[in-house]
Amino acid sequence: MSFADALAALYTPETARAIEAADEAAVLRALERRAPDEADLAALLAPAAAPHLEAMARRAHETTVRHFGRTIQLFTPLYLSNYCTNGCVYCGFNTGNRIPRAQLTPEQALAEGRAIAATGLRQLLLLTGEAPARAGTDYIAACARLLRPLFPSLGVEVHALAEADYRALTRAGVDAMTMFQETYDRELYATLHPRGPKRDFAWRLGAPERACRAGMRVVNVGALLGLAPWRLEVFATALHARHLQRRHPGVDIAISLPRMRPHAGAWQPAHPLTDSELVQAMTALRLFLPQAGITLSTREAPALRDNLVPLGVTRMSAGVSTAVGGHTGGDPGSGQFEISDPRGVDAVCAALRQRGYQPVFKDWEPLEHAHTARRAS
Amino acid sequence: MTPVTEHDDILELGGARLHSRLFIGTGKFGDDALIPAVCAASGAQVITMALRRVDLDAGPANLMAHIPAHMVRLPNTSGARNADEAVRIARLARAMGCGDWIKIEVVSDSRHLLPDGYATARATETLAREGFVVLPYMNPDLYVARSLADAGAAAVMPLGAPIGTNRGLRTREMIAILVEELDLPVIVDAGIGKPSQACEAMEMGAAACLVNTAIATAGDPVAMGRAFGQAVAAGRAAFLAGPGAERRRASASSPLTGFLGEAGAGAGGAVPGEAQP
Repeated sequence: MSFADALAALYTPETARAIEAADEAAVLRALERRAPDEADLAALLAPAAAPHLEAMARRAHETTVRHFGRTIQLFTPLYLSNYCTNGCVYCGFNTGNRIPRAQLTPEQALAEGRAIAATGLRQLLLLTGEAPARAGTDYIAACARLLRPLFPSLGVEVHALAEADYRALTRAGVDAMTMFQETYDRELYATLHPRGPKRDFAWRLGAPERACRAGMRVVNVGALLGLAPWRLEVFATALHARHLQRRHPGVDIAISLPRMRPHAGAWQPAHPLTDSELVQAMTALRLFLPQAGITLSTREAPALRDNLVPLGVTRMSAGVSTAVGGHTGGDPGSGQFEISDPRGVDAVCAALRQRGYQPVFKDWEPLEHAHTARRAS
Repeated sequence: MTPVTEHDDILELGGARLHSRLFIGTGKFGDDALIPAVCAASGAQVITMALRRVDLDAGPANLMAHIPAHMVRLPNTSGARNADEAVRIARLARAMGCGDWIKIEVVSDSRHLLPDGYATARATETLAREGFVVLPYMNPDLYVARSLADAGAAAVMPLGAPIGTNRGLRTREMIAILVEELDLPVIVDAGIGKPSQACEAMEMGAAACLVNTAIATAGDPVAMGRAFGQAVAAGRAAFLAGPGAERRRASASSPLTGFLGEAGAGAGGAVPGEAQP
C-alpha cells in the first residue's frame, strides 16, 4: 500500500476522535509498552496524556540517550535562492510577497559555504524556493559539487523532485533530503497552496519515498505545526516515518518539528501549539520511533531549545540565516521566516556542553573521497 | 591440559597481546575529553571509533586526539549499508592512519540496527585478503560465524542484545554455542548494560566484551569504565578457575548410591552428604 492510500484511511475525523477519546488507562499502558503501536501513539498524543508529560519526557530522555548518547548533531541551512513560483499563504517566499529576490551563483554559494565551514560546521542543508527554471536540479547539483569538499554531509530542502533528479543530486554528493508535507490534511493543503506547482499534494507526499529509492542516506519528514490541529498532524507524521522505515530499512528516517513563526505578510497560524504541546508531540514521537532522528530548528527560542535538548532531539541548526547571502554579509534577500535563536555556533555549543551534551559536527565520511584521504598525525 | 592462571592469561589478537579483555568505544559520550580517563580507569587496551565521526580537519576537536597512544585503535564501519560500503570505509580508515584493525558493521535496518550477516561475510572475505585484522559484528548465528571464520575473521563479535538497548545477554544460549563450536575468539558486543552482564559473558567463556553505551551514558562514565574493567577481569578469572556445574536445586552428594562401598552395605540408610557446589 502506498502511503497516500494509508493516509486516506488514517487522516479522518474518526482518528481525530479516537485520539481525543483515549483515556488515562490507555496512556499508562502506552507508557509501559516496549514497542508502542498505533493505538499507543494515539494515547500518547491524547489530551489525557497531558498530566503524564514528565513521565513521557523521562522515557523519551532515557530512550534517546541509549540510542544516540549525549550528543547533538549540528547543521546549518544555506539558502541558495528565494525565487518562487508558489503562493503558499504562510511562507515569506510566497510569489505574491514583494520582497527582494536573490539567487547565489555556485561560486557565491561556495563563498557562503566557506564562511559557514569556518565556524566548524560540517553538515549543510541547501534550500531554495520552487523556481525550477532558475534553481533546478542542475543548478542545485552544481552548488553541491562545489560545496561537497567542505561538507561531508550535504542535504537538500527544495521542491519535490522526480526520482531521477534525486539520483542526480546523490551523484553530486547530496546524501540527505528534507521534505515537509506542511499539512497531511489534503483539503486544507489545497487552500494553503492556491497557486504554483506545489498545489500537487500527492506529488509532494511521494517525494520522500522517491528520495529513499534514489539512494539518499537520510530522509527527513515533518509537518509545519500550526497549520492544522496538531495531534492528527503528528500522528500522520509518525506513521509516514514508520511507513518509510519499513519500506526502506537502510535509510535513516528522521522527523522535524517545525513550529510556525511570524514572517513577512499578515498570515498567522490558525492552530498554534503551546510549549507543552510541542513537548508532548516530541516525546510521543520518540517513544513511537526510538531510532528516528529528531531535528529542532531555530524557529524556537534559545531557552526553550536548550530545555528541549534532553527530550529526544538529536539534531539542531546553529548559526542560522534564512536569507540568501546571509553568511557573507552582501545584500541578502529577505528571509523565509524569522528565526528565534540567533546564536552563533560557539554559543550553541557552549549551551549544549553546559547541559552535558557534546556537539557533533561530522557524522558521515563521503566514500567518494577515499582517494583523497589523509593520514592522521 | 595445563591450567592457565590469571597472570599468563593473554588474549592474542591481530598481533597484539592484550592483558585486558574489555574493549571500549568512543560513541555517545557527553564529552570526548572523558575518553582518556575512561581508558585509564577501565584498563581497556582496545577502543573502537566510527570512522564517520573522525574529522582530521577538526584539530583538537578531532575524536582521534582524545585516544591515548597506547590504545589499539579499532575503527568501525558504522553507517555502512552493504558490503561495498564497509570495504570502502575500511580502506579509508587504513589510509587515514587508523591501522589495520577493522570492526565490520553492516547495518541496513534503521529500526533495529541488526547486522546483515551475509554482507558482513562478503566484506570480511575481501578485507581479510587485504591484510586487515577483521572483527565482524554479527548476530550469534553458528552458520554465519562459520562463514566469517572461513572468510578470515580474526574473531567474531556477536551481539548480546540489540545495540544500544542495555538489555544484557538476551542471546545467551546462542553465544554459548559459538563459544563451544568456534576456534576463534568470541567477543560479545552490543547490548551489555551492566558490569554483571559482562561478567556473565566472560564466565561463559567469551574471549572479551566490547562495551560502549553502558559506559558512555552512565552518570559517571569513568567510574563505570572501572567497574566494567573489574567485572570482565572477575568473569575471566572465574572462567579460568573452572566454575562448578549449575544445578537446578541443591543436591545431596549420593542419596541413592551412598550405601555402595560402605561397611555393611545395605545394613543402614545412606547418609546425605554436603550439597555440592
